[in-house]
Amino acid sequence: MTAPAPLLSIRNLRVQFRLEDGDRLEAVKGISFDVGPNQTVALVGESGSGKSVTAMSILRLLPPQNSEIMPGSRIEFAGKNLLDLPISELRHMRGSDIAMIFQEPMSSLNPVYSAGRQITETLLLHTSLSRAEARARAIELLTEVGMPEPERRFNSYPHELSGGQQQRVMIAIAIACEPKLLIADEPTTALDVTVQKQILALLAEIQKRRGMSILFITHDLGVVGEFADRVVVMRHGLVREAGTTETVFRDPQDAYTKALLNCRPRLDRRPRRLPTIEDFSGTAAFDAGPDQKRGYGPNDDMILTVGGLSKYFPIQEGLFRKRMFKAVDDVSFQLARGKTLGVVGESGSGKSTVGLTLMRLHAATAGSVKFDGVDLLGLSARDFRAYKRRIQIIFQNPYASLNPRFTVGQVLTEPMLLHQIGQTPEARRQMAQDLLARVGLPASAYHKYPYQFSGGQRQRIAIARCLTMKPDILICDEAVSALDVSVQAQVLNLLQDLQDDFGLSYIFISHDLSVIKHMSDQVMVMQNGKVVEQNSSDAIYRDPQTDYTRRLLSAIPAGLADAGTGSPTKSAQNWP
Amino acid sequence: MTQAIDHPSVGPLPEVSHGLWALGWRRLRKDRVGMISLAIVAVYVLICIGGALGFVGATWRDEVAKPYAPPTLLQQFIPQGAELTGENIRAANADDDAGRTGLAPANDPLAALLAGIGNGADQYRTQDVERVQTLILGADQRGRDILQKILKGTSVSMFIGLFGALCAITIGTFLGALAGYFGRWVDDLLMWFYSVFTSIPDMLLLLSFAAVLSRGINTVILVFALTSWTGTFRLMRAEFMRHKTREYVMAADAIGASHLRRMFVHILPNVSHLLLVQFSLMTIGMIMSEAILSFLGFGVGITQTSWGSVLAEVPAELLQGYWWQMASVTLFMSVLVTAFSLLTDSLRDALDPRVG
Repeated sequence: MTAPAPLLSIRNLRVQFRLEDGDRLEAVKGISFDVGPNQTVALVGESGSGKSVTAMSILRLLPPQNSEIMPGSRIEFAGKNLLDLPISELRHMRGSDIAMIFQEPMSSLNPVYSAGRQITETLLLHTSLSRAEARARAIELLTEVGMPEPERRFNSYPHELSGGQQQRVMIAIAIACEPKLLIADEPTTALDVTVQKQILALLAEIQKRRGMSILFITHDLGVVGEFADRVVVMRHGLVREAGTTETVFRDPQDAYTKALLNCRPRLDRRPRRLPTIEDFSGTAAFDAGPDQKRGYGPNDDMILTVGGLSKYFPIQEGLFRKRMFKAVDDVSFQLARGKTLGVVGESGSGKSTVGLTLMRLHAATAGSVKFDGVDLLGLSARDFRAYKRRIQIIFQNPYASLNPRFTVGQVLTEPMLLHQIGQTPEARRQMAQDLLARVGLPASAYHKYPYQFSGGQRQRIAIARCLTMKPDILICDEAVSALDVSVQAQVLNLLQDLQDDFGLSYIFISHDLSVIKHMSDQVMVMQNGKVVEQNSSDAIYRDPQTDYTRRLLSAIPAGLADAGTGSPTKSAQNWP
Repeated sequence: MTQAIDHPSVGPLPEVSHGLWALGWRRLRKDRVGMISLAIVAVYVLICIGGALGFVGATWRDEVAKPYAPPTLLQQFIPQGAELTGENIRAANADDDAGRTGLAPANDPLAALLAGIGNGADQYRTQDVERVQTLILGADQRGRDILQKILKGTSVSMFIGLFGALCAITIGTFLGALAGYFGRWVDDLLMWFYSVFTSIPDMLLLLSFAAVLSRGINTVILVFALTSWTGTFRLMRAEFMRHKTREYVMAADAIGASHLRRMFVHILPNVSHLLLVQFSLMTIGMIMSEAILSFLGFGVGITQTSWGSVLAEVPAELLQGYWWQMASVTLFMSVLVTAFSLLTDSLRDALDPRVG
């Protein structure tokens, strides 16, 4: 069959960045792929793979002062090389022929203009509609992207809309001028799973209805399975594998693609160790070993018993009135020694506040936290100090949780200094270096600063910092959410090893149900500050009792391989 | 996208390790304007130290030249007034009636007194001090060397600027840290205090402090410290508010660091680059303020000199056409202020913490 001419054709694209010290970094090293008409192509890669740089290059949105698209690169759109077009012509194409949506809907919308005005603005700029016609068209568009009460939402300001609604407005703006190609750069990464599912469905529907093409950029191979026609996998600026979604998912050829497909924890299995990229680079097949059994046993010793924990934040309303915002409302649970309690919920469910309140990083409004029989909330600040080191926390963002002005050595010895662990500086240094080795970092890391490490390495440093105090309980607050899939697997394996070695008890807070399933013995589902459901990990996934839990579970992107019998809904054209 | 550049996924660790200050210094070294400015400021700081230790400008009080001696290079172009001598006066008296009263000596009540003075004068010998005709930058009204005077003045003005800024920064940082970190009533109280200070016009506040305290270098420093902390206070309050909720500070809380330790060991190093920029901005401001204060007569004591007190002499001189003292002091001052301002800009660029 003769394939129609591709809509977008990228040939030998090379992009270099000029660094401060005069060196050059090649972010994209000569990649080629096509996007056909009426087709969805997913560009998948982890951070540093060059996927976003590729997307920005198409519209020439990269900052010209420190980046350069190398000669010899070609980006052809409908037969024209975009790299040769004068900037005025390209500007006309942006928004009308090629539109783009970004990851953060809140920062992509202008907060001082209403949603409707931002849509009409685009229409007035690129079409010859009158103001009244543009308004009518904008309301049509809002209806099309599934905005409830579009007439009323037309006048809403971005802060009045939820994250999902904001992203719908962004999509409405993007499709306003009926572009032939929509570039979506991680459009669902900042959203909750249930909202992500809606947005993906919306994009798929619009694509089909309008017959446009979508270039979908994501780090998560899972979300594209049911959605894309073709998948392009990138790593370190190179295309590792490209093909129809079905072949890539069912029969991946590249070791890296295989690793990406298998590194994510799965809902149907729970291996002792998650496979990592190294496991696929060799020839030997990866053997995950038998599944790990999870769940509290009848004889488990409860290290932490929390009863009726509440945290209210006062919100000033008007001059004198105060309303209480119930971030955490009457939460009770138990944590068994050496086991893991998973806390799962969407943003705003209060799951992080539970962790912070337990550690008294927030003052609790009510409730009790019994740690080995002692009520932590009732202790004076002085008495609490003795318990402080026994409960530690790892935060979500490894870029924010390490003091940028401390060397790794200082980061690790600071808690030892504060708690008089280790007699001499030499002893502390030795302990710190032992811990670095334990979390898989070289000894040379000791004198370096946090900015010299990648996200996964920083999270290892944060874990090592907690371990200096030999805690009993470790709270992992979205500890792996900011990490790449392959790094996530390594850190999860590390946490599992540490639990086995030191008998640590974990409170594992995450929005990611697969990670929670992999790590937890007991799972607590939270919504709007309340516990919706609590049960053993296996039971909750097999037989969810509440609608909310069922909704969460059904929203997990299934990928293709996991869908089992699920055949791709679209006819994947053989391309090219 | 920056992530793609700054944080390549797990790779080999870089070999050398630099603190953020070292990185800032590396960036500054590449900035030609910044380095030239830094060199100029360094020379001024050396003059300041030299002056304080008595190596530079110690002899500024000596009247070594004839009054208003012109700068050496311009000697030919400036019309020289003839110096009056005893001969001139006698000659003038001889053919001039101006000094005569028209009274007979017998009726003149002062005649006897004058005669007595004339006799007494013979007992003393007059020694003619050799006064030079010209100096590199000329001389002032009393024949003092303008170069020496300005070097000493530079030293004093720099000293006031640097120490005043240091004191103001210390007060502002400490109070700002307290207000921003603790918030609630501590913040309310300090903000109230701050509002009282800022509600009074700066110059008025300076003048009232200066009027109450006596004149002198230490007074000026004290006055500046007490009036100029407000800007730093606001800046530090905002920074501490922003940083106290950061995860690294929460992490410090979790490992058991006390409030003071969190404030000054964990947060302060993260805002210290702002303090350095604030410090250099404030130094310039204080040097200018000192000039105004001394010009108005509220600054350094009358036995001391500074750019401001030199400037205070200028208006009377300009009326008579002696411009070189003004030119010299203006040159010294504008070179420093320009260099310092450029250095501040370069520092801001170099220390902007984009890494991390």
